[in-house]
Amino acid sequence: MIKIESINKSFGSKKVLHDFSANFESGKVNLIIGKSGSGKTMAIKCMLGLHEVDSGHIYFSNRDFINISAFKRQQIRKEIGMVFQGSALFDSMTIEENVMFPLLMSQTLSNSEMKKRVSFCLNRVALKNVNNLYPSELSGGMQKRVAIARAISLNPKYLFCDEPNSGLDPTTASVIDSLLQEITYEYNITTVINTHDMNSALQIGDNIIFLNEGNFMWSGTKETLLNSKNNSLNKFIFSSEVFKKLKNKS
Amino acid sequence: MNFFTATGRYIIFLGKIFSRLEKRHVYFPKIMHEIKEIGMSSVGFVAFISIFVGAVVTLQVAYNMVNPLLPKYLIGLASRDSIILEFSPTMISLVLAGKIGSHIASSLGTMRVTEQIDALEVMGVNSASYLVLPKIIAAILFNPILIILSIVLGIVGGWLAGNMTGICPTQEFLLGLQYEFIPFNIAYAMIKTVIFAFIITTICAFYGYNTEGGALEVGQASTKGVVYTSILIIIFNYLITHLLLN
Repeated sequence: MIKIESINKSFGSKKVLHDFSANFESGKVNLIIGKSGSGKTMAIKCMLGLHEVDSGHIYFSNRDFINISAFKRQQIRKEIGMVFQGSALFDSMTIEENVMFPLLMSQTLSNSEMKKRVSFCLNRVALKNVNNLYPSELSGGMQKRVAIARAISLNPKYLFCDEPNSGLDPTTASVIDSLLQEITYEYNITTVINTHDMNSALQIGDNIIFLNEGNFMWSGTKETLLNSKNNSLNKFIFSSEVFKKLKNKS
Repeated sequence: MNFFTATGRYIIFLGKIFSRLEKRHVYFPKIMHEIKEIGMSSVGFVAFISIFVGAVVTLQVAYNMVNPLLPKYLIGLASRDSIILEFSPTMISLVLAGKIGSHIASSLGTMRVTEQIDALEVMGVNSASYLVLPKIIAAILFNPILIILSIVLGIVGGWLAGNMTGICPTQEFLLGLQYEFIPFNIAYAMIKTVIFAFIITTICAFYGYNTEGGALEVGQASTKGVVYTSILIIIFNYLITHLLLN
């Protein structure tokens, strides 16, 4: 479980996150939704320590992540998997080397065990015969799957995904969503996903948090999302004609 | 970023490179890769420049020796000293700043803007140390080899030019090469090379690592890295010469 308490983040006079608090439960797909520039990515980057918060607390299973040494933070990070928006695969490495990289750095397995684990992870994301290819030789959807395989290679307790569906066609996006949901339930991971894709929210959102201009506005589930009384959230959801029609029908 | 901010951030960056090191076995293949990437790939380029500039140095020395009383072996001596003291360590380092410096800055800049550096950090890897330290070690180990190669080929180029044009016969040139040779000059050239190798890798890595934005900023980081590296090489060239040869 990840707990965030009143985090604030500003760049100069611009407030990006304002007094943001939330709980992200384990074994559930936790979504942060909001329009572009609402602070979703910054929230995730603060949780990962890629940006320092101005104030507030972040706890990973009751372990403080803010006021700790670089070494202890490094230890917690080894329990985290992350799927970046652009996949962030290492260009100079093959797919096998990319997925093996976290294992190699953690030094917990022998060479043959690492190879087995890589095969398992690639199979888990339904990728075959790609071990010796380079990231540039794969499609966007396949790169996302490799990024997921790399993120789960160390059996993470926490999985973060920043816009996992961006740039993907609806079918591939749905496949990626289902995959993330399955992995979350299968390994009881605390998954936090940033998205502005409402299809994803309705498909996999066990716990949804809506951010608007850096402020927490609403939280709920996929079942309660369309019936919310929050004006900002409704404005965000029903800006799409498809959802407007869906609302009118119901 | 003003001068003081940049200097402060550069020092912090150096601290990050040399702290929380990964295990030794992680670095070894990376160092080998970097030796190939930034060292071996420069051999042909350095050889080509050295031969031709060595030849030009010899021709220019001969051109300036208008007094017929001056012995011809002085052409070999002057060429030797110019190449060992200045041309090879400083000029080749400036050329390398352009070649390997821009490569380092742009590759790290691209890794930054495509979030590959963030990915390393999230995996609990000290990205600065993992990415930059092998480049520093590779350059410090391999640049002296490149400079020795450059000295040798520069002298060969000078000998060829002197011999082919007939301005300095082989025997006279060889006499000049051996005359009053000070072995410390080689040590001086190597000290300069190692310091310049450190400057090239760390300054360019600093600008690449701290790139913010997109493709345009990667290009700007690469340019800045090469410009500031060149300026620092010129300044340090003066300081080292003042300290070691005065």
